[in-house]
Amino acid sequence: MSSVEAPARGAVTPRLRAQRRKRLVAAVFVLPALLLLGALVLYPVIFSVGRSFFDASGDTFVGADNYTEMFRDPATLKAIRNSTIWVVVAPVLLTGLGLVLAVLTEKIRWATAFKLVLFLPMAVSFLAAGIIFRLAYEQDPERGVINAAVVGVHDSFSESSPYPNARSRDGETLVKDGEGYRGKDAAGPGDTVNLGFVGVPPGEMPGEAKPAADAAKSTAGQDELRGVVWLDFTPGGGGTAGEVDAKENGMPGMKVSAVRDGETVASTTTGDDGAYSFSGLDPGSYTVEVPASNFAAPYQGVSWLGPALITPAIIGAYLWIWTGFAMVLIAAGLAALPRETLEAARMDGANEFQIFRKITVPLLAPVLTVVFVTLVINVMKVFDLVYIIAPGPVQEDANVLATQMWLVSFGGGNDQGLGSALAVLLLALVVPAMIFNIRRFRRSES
Amino acid sequence: MSAPGTTTRPAEDGPAPVSTPARSTSEKARKGPVDWLTKRLGNGLVQVSLLLVGLIWITPLAGLFFSSMRDDKDNSASGWWTSLVRPDQLSFENYSTLLENSGITTAFWNTVMISVPTTVLVVVISALAGYAFAWLEFPGRDAIFLIVVGLLVVPIQIGLLPVAKLFGEIGLFGTIPGVVLFHVAYGLPFAVFLLRNYFAQIPREMLEAARMDGGSEWRIFVQLVLPLARPAIASLGIFQFLWVWNDMLVALLFADSSAQPLTVALQQEMRQFGSNISVLAPGAFLSLIVPLIVFFAFQKHFVQGVMAGSVK
Repeated sequence: MSSVEAPARGAVTPRLRAQRRKRLVAAVFVLPALLLLGALVLYPVIFSVGRSFFDASGDTFVGADNYTEMFRDPATLKAIRNSTIWVVVAPVLLTGLGLVLAVLTEKIRWATAFKLVLFLPMAVSFLAAGIIFRLAYEQDPERGVINAAVVGVHDSFSESSPYPNARSRDGETLVKDGEGYRGKDAAGPGDTVNLGFVGVPPGEMPGEAKPAADAAKSTAGQDELRGVVWLDFTPGGGGTAGEVDAKENGMPGMKVSAVRDGETVASTTTGDDGAYSFSGLDPGSYTVEVPASNFAAPYQGVSWLGPALITPAIIGAYLWIWTGFAMVLIAAGLAALPRETLEAARMDGANEFQIFRKITVPLLAPVLTVVFVTLVINVMKVFDLVYIIAPGPVQEDANVLATQMWLVSFGGGNDQGLGSALAVLLLALVVPAMIFNIRRFRRSES
Repeated sequence: MSAPGTTTRPAEDGPAPVSTPARSTSEKARKGPVDWLTKRLGNGLVQVSLLLVGLIWITPLAGLFFSSMRDDKDNSASGWWTSLVRPDQLSFENYSTLLENSGITTAFWNTVMISVPTTVLVVVISALAGYAFAWLEFPGRDAIFLIVVGLLVVPIQIGLLPVAKLFGEIGLFGTIPGVVLFHVAYGLPFAVFLLRNYFAQIPREMLEAARMDGGSEWRIFVQLVLPLARPAIASLGIFQFLWVWNDMLVALLFADSSAQPLTVALQQEMRQFGSNISVLAPGAFLSLIVPLIVFFAFQKHFVQGVMAGSVK
């Protein structure tokens, strides 16, 4: 603050002149910044608040209509809902992940390299990150790396069906039964039932498949129901439909069951030559069934970019970018913790988890708060990533406040009244952070 | 985890501290290998899981890189990882096509023409203001600075409509100078905040001494303060440069087609994502290369800059 007014009116004392000079110098230093801030930041805030009370064209005063419209318009409501999900989920996950990784990196020698790798995405633009994750989230597991991994894990836990494309000429040896097939005629012990399929490309046949003709001819025992499941197709042409010809192969690994009065009494799997056999059957009439599980389409992974998962998918990309940030900041806080306290706890026999929960986390609380608040502010403004990753048709399902503000104002909506109201809402949401910043600053100054 | 509390138990066992030394050593021996093993196992687990996390973090970038070197036919037929065993699929053809695309090269230069002047202007203007807020006296100084701190978190969205209107009236809308000015204005609160706080740490006696010697404020600023603040300025410059280099939102509105930077040019290719990978992937990599160089060349300043800048 400058001191008092001029001592004597009119008389320009050297002291006053010096003070004027000082102020002039200060003005030269500070004015460029203040002019830009005033014209391009402060004035827009005031303008936007005012503009938000007018209609789309800006001619009619509509009071708070734009603000009530916000909670009536389904697209904007959706954006508010998605923004809430973002703000609730992303900062918590990031702070948690950052904390765990920061603690773990203290135990490895290559911590610097690890931090470097995790921090690297901070250099990547949201646009590039968006392209990266559009590639990674690709639905087709042949092309998208994430679904390739998902399908790999899935298939190693549950067996995939052997013949997704196999079908039968209906009514020849088999009839369709739901998604599966059953033998055309009823059979009993002592019968041989051969089941012919088509539609399996040579590349999809298992390598161990052997010709089925021999097995098809052998006769069944007294209490045995047997036959082959074979591919009714002779490579290179020839052969008779419905007959097991010499060059035709059995279909190994096919599940077959014997059903009596709607109840499955026996199940088995075909051998390399396609042969199956049920023995020890009671006399009676059976149907041979080839259940649907043999023909299920292969697991195709998760539809990340579909309407249901688009927001979690984009949050995933956001985690990739920001985890390093949270980790490095928390690690810096960890390094500043008093070593003696941790050592004392270790000497007292506390295990690593107890130390983490009872000592590390409480001592780190201030750092964690800063990280969390920072992330909340940044998450609130997320725009590019949503705009880039969500494909056109699901854009609306992924919308957040910032993208909705953009769409309403410039992207066809052209309603600058509602757009301004949304911008003001965004501003209002970061006001707590603003107060937090100012308080923290004042405390650090005093 | 190793058995908790076992080391304290014997001592707590009450007023019988006369446990025979033989017993305690045998206990130690029994506990030793088990402890060692769990520690080893635990440590091994940590190593393996962090290695896995690191691998997961690298994979998306590797995916972009490999995709950018394969042609559209390969990219639509199979995943980029097939190229790990079929390196013959990789070539620089996409890149040479991309560099012959005048739209992309112009956009690249626009990115440079936007981010370099913005960075210089932000650093110069904020250093001047930061010095004034820290060491010069003028009416309302502290109150104004509090407003600047408040402006730190103002979202860019609030400025889009009004500034677009303003720039439209004075003919700046759609031009590179318009984009630069907008970036400078929204970069200033943080920059002023950072530098003012850094300058404020300079010992008062140092400045007083320089003033006693008759140095003008300008000379003190240039010859004493700026050199002292070199680390802060480096961090700020790097942060600001990357922020603007990577920006899409501001340019999407304020740059017309002749002024648009790389991010906007690529964004417009996103509509036909599937068939445009041979442009988008190398394009994204092109836009990445400068930030990556900055990242690896100035790791320390980069991390500090991002950390400090995160309050925005």
